[in-house]
Amino acid sequence: MYPSDYRYTKDHEWIKLDGPMGTIGITDYAQAELGDVVFVELPKAGTQVKAGQSFGTVESVKAVSEIFAPVSGEVVETNAALADSPEKINQDPHGAAWLVKVRLVDPKEISGLMDAAAYQAYIAEKAKEHST
Amino acid sequence: MRYLPKSPSERHEMLEAIGARSVEELFQSIPAKFRLREPLPLPGPLSEMEIIQYFQARAAENARGFTSFLGAGVYQHLRSVVTDALVQRGEFLTSYTPYQAEMAQGTLTAIFEFQTLMSQLTGQEVANASMYDGSTALTEAVLMAERLTGRHRVLIARSVHPEYRQVLATYAKNLGLEIEEIRYAPSGQVDHAALTPELLAGAAAIVVQSPNFFGVLEELPALAEKTHAAGGLVVTAITEAVSLGIVRPPAEADIVAMEGQAFGVAPSYGGPYVGVIATREKFMRQMPGRLAGQTTDAAGRRGFVLTLATREQHIRREKATSNICTNEALYALVATIHLCLLGKEGLREMALQNLAKARFAQAELEKVPGVRRVFSGPTFNEFTLEFPRSVKLINTALLREKIVGPFALGTHYPELTKRALVCVTETTPRAEIEHLVTAVRRILETPI
Amino acid sequence: MNSKTTETETLAGTTGAASRHISRDERLIFERSAPGKRGMELPPLDVPAVDPATALGRDFVRDSIEGFPEVSEIEVIRHFTRLSSWNYAIDLGMYPLGSCTMKYNPRVNEFVARLDGLASEHPQQPAEVSQGCLRILHDLQKCLLAITGMDAATLQPAAGAQGELTGLLIIRAYLESQGNARKKVLIPDSAHGTNPASVVIAGYEVQNIKSNQRGQIDTDRLREYVNDDVAALMLTNPSTIGVFEERIAEIAQILHERGALVYMDGANMNALAGIARPGDFGVDVMHLNLHKTFSTPHGGGGPGAGPVMVKKILEPFLPVPVVVQKENGQYALDHNRPRAIGRVRAYCGNFGVLLRALAYTLAYGPGIRQATEDAVVNANYIRKHLEGIFDLPYNLPSMHEVVFSDARQKKHGVNTTDIAKRLIDYGFHPYTTAFPLIVPGAMMIEPTESESREECDLFIGAMRAIAAEAEANPELLKTAPHSTRVGRLDEVAAARKPILRWKP
Repeated sequence: MYPSDYRYTKDHEWIKLDGPMGTIGITDYAQAELGDVVFVELPKAGTQVKAGQSFGTVESVKAVSEIFAPVSGEVVETNAALADSPEKINQDPHGAAWLVKVRLVDPKEISGLMDAAAYQAYIAEKAKEHST
Repeated sequence: MRYLPKSPSERHEMLEAIGARSVEELFQSIPAKFRLREPLPLPGPLSEMEIIQYFQARAAENARGFTSFLGAGVYQHLRSVVTDALVQRGEFLTSYTPYQAEMAQGTLTAIFEFQTLMSQLTGQEVANASMYDGSTALTEAVLMAERLTGRHRVLIARSVHPEYRQVLATYAKNLGLEIEEIRYAPSGQVDHAALTPELLAGAAAIVVQSPNFFGVLEELPALAEKTHAAGGLVVTAITEAVSLGIVRPPAEADIVAMEGQAFGVAPSYGGPYVGVIATREKFMRQMPGRLAGQTTDAAGRRGFVLTLATREQHIRREKATSNICTNEALYALVATIHLCLLGKEGLREMALQNLAKARFAQAELEKVPGVRRVFSGPTFNEFTLEFPRSVKLINTALLREKIVGPFALGTHYPELTKRALVCVTETTPRAEIEHLVTAVRRILETPI
Repeated sequence: MNSKTTETETLAGTTGAASRHISRDERLIFERSAPGKRGMELPPLDVPAVDPATALGRDFVRDSIEGFPEVSEIEVIRHFTRLSSWNYAIDLGMYPLGSCTMKYNPRVNEFVARLDGLASEHPQQPAEVSQGCLRILHDLQKCLLAITGMDAATLQPAAGAQGELTGLLIIRAYLESQGNARKKVLIPDSAHGTNPASVVIAGYEVQNIKSNQRGQIDTDRLREYVNDDVAALMLTNPSTIGVFEERIAEIAQILHERGALVYMDGANMNALAGIARPGDFGVDVMHLNLHKTFSTPHGGGGPGAGPVMVKKILEPFLPVPVVVQKENGQYALDHNRPRAIGRVRAYCGNFGVLLRALAYTLAYGPGIRQATEDAVVNANYIRKHLEGIFDLPYNLPSMHEVVFSDARQKKHGVNTTDIAKRLIDYGFHPYTTAFPLIVPGAMMIEPTESESREECDLFIGAMRAIAAEAEANPELLKTAPHSTRVGRLDEVAAARKPILRWKP
């Protein structure tokens, strides 16, 4: 479910590294919590994003969720297909529904993020909190 | 008390069922020192007849039976009894905001029709389900332009309704929004020469009103071209919505803020009215206020729901596009029914009658010695005249003739003392126009 | 009380079936249109006609409006009468929406609002021919001040949210006059969404404060938060769980000691009118929702009116104009108020709504206390009969409303929305769902004083029957309602590809 070559944040974003470039999306857990996604707002290419800061929003009918940048960098591409079919985020959050590609300022930032196993443990803990 | 459906014994039995010895026990959580021991010093209780008598007595203290030549943002137009009969149906009148779509399809369908009518009239792609009134709609439109452009300076024509500008100033003050006033030309229109590239650069929007507060129509296409070239937006206010029956709609504007009172809503000493925001589809997510959208149920039947609610305060809280919650739904319904009755031809005819009557009145008044027209730009049903005497004195004398005289512009424009804004609609009979002309002539002939 | 088993069975039988409500599929008015029809005629023009292109110039004239309706009078009557039959309304039955105070809207109020001499009056006409309108406003101010125990009022705000903004701007202007506007406004997590939204427009930052385990303001935490940056606390009392803030005096003291003010959202004033006055328990500014407590009709979403009442120290900052009575007994609008915050709306506010609120207050007089008592009796009666069936997250004494949660029904896969939608099949409007935010799966019930014991019993019966259905046949709830003209509508499709207007 959670690709082992991705890194994850506590705010439920993922990032996949490819040299100096990173692809960012939201996790399956995040899309399930949000429900049917109806709208995505993303920054334009060229925008500078800062690790931990909000750079866009994902909306369902009754909730809005901010997307936080896992790393700092410059947005080089946004997923244009999501404007017309935001439902892709529900269908394929770790693949076709990537949100933005960024050129990292400091690839070392990645070391502060969780790997798949750590993230799964983290959401399992969250689920437990919810049920009590 | 006639509004309360409980007998004394039912009250007693219900308290027993609750397990309370007395009703006071239910208020124990309020600290004793804050609980009132004496009845409130309120007038009443009054029976239905006494309530009617009280309000009839108040109505008699007003300008009942006077002929009015006031417009200035609020207009007297013909209304069909059909509209009032329909909006007084309890199913509309006493129904809540249509959050539960399955039991509110009546309201939702009517809102969808309202949004459609407002889009058609304004030449815009989408319109919302209503704002409080024109003044707050304009303020919200300006804040919307600020969000859309990320710019914090707004140019506003001095010919925009002065009370609308005051409301904008109140809101803008703490939001870091800078407002610059643009002067008017001898035509009464915004002075295009004042709109230099330097001024327009970095401005979020230019705000105009058409017909403007002096009754003059603005030339939007030229204005829009200039503004758009500088990366700004055009916000257009409309206070006399009946003008849209014949006047070219503000299609070049990016946001239209309209007061819909002219569509079948009584003047009612200032409200309730019905504000509207209309805009381009690409800006709809920055639009404040409720929106009804079309969809289907599981069986494929067409239905309507409130949509794009994530813009609103109950979901986005401090990040909402606006704090508006309650709007003016019932008066949006009034406007919808009124416009359906009037229809395409009726609205056009009403607008034509306004134009013709205003032109007649203007020509007749200009024949009075010392009275002359002030602005050269095209006007709809309001026009500005200069008088050889204080408008206030003239108006005081007119009250004795059972006439509420024209709006004294000096109240808001020190440079326009002795000037007044005259409004004539289809409701003003020719005889009353002639009465006004005779009365003004007589008043001006009387030595001070 | 009779539990409505037989009716339950009948309703269960309608699952998935066509509506038993009006079955005509009324089209949109645009789809009834045909060229040449009209529903209203004007008297003939009694002055010479004018050619618009000549009078205005060709560039200023519009073409005919594409798609604009052309229908006859009878078609308009039938169209809107049919639409109306798809609505629920107080005139049909109980509307237990918590926090909304959906009470009876007296018909005499509609009658007097339409009187010639009131409905016909222009807001700019001279005061000497507006004495009746001005006196109505002044009389209403006096009544509202008596009920709230405050010192001065403005009637200008068009709705509760605008009242909030007005109150906050008054606070800001006052603090500025003291030398420091400060930065933050504290808001409990149980607050209405309008509160934080209004705070931002007033130029303040929102600081949310977590409620304690009893759903009340945590005074220890409050003490930590209140410092010289805090302008005010914005609270609702009774709170949105329908409970009076017992430590209100202490709360006010904490704020006042640090020079901050207390703003009260008066949304829940229906629990207090005639019983207690906010002015007595430390509130500095408050608004009222006349479309809630004072019975003006909600009209499918508005209009409202949100008068703001303040303590003496804040009076100079009220928006202009202020309605005053002069020494000679005449009423007037006072514009000459140099310290005023400005104007929040054109003219004097929603006069037609204000007038209805006065008619309501005059009908009760001091007897308004009885209305409050009945509202609180109804809420407690419903609570008593549903406690044990639905989860009650905060077990404090209820005032005019009671908040349950769907915790017990969740075990059967049924949530608050499903229960709400099923209530529709029993002929009731749903209660408030998903609010307040501090109660997950909230079911917020406010019956108001307008409901008879019989209507309360019917509601209790329906709720109990639905609780039984949640166990026996959860699917019945999840697909509800089954009795309306349309079933649950696809909100996701509506939001993904918005269709906001009809097109030819």
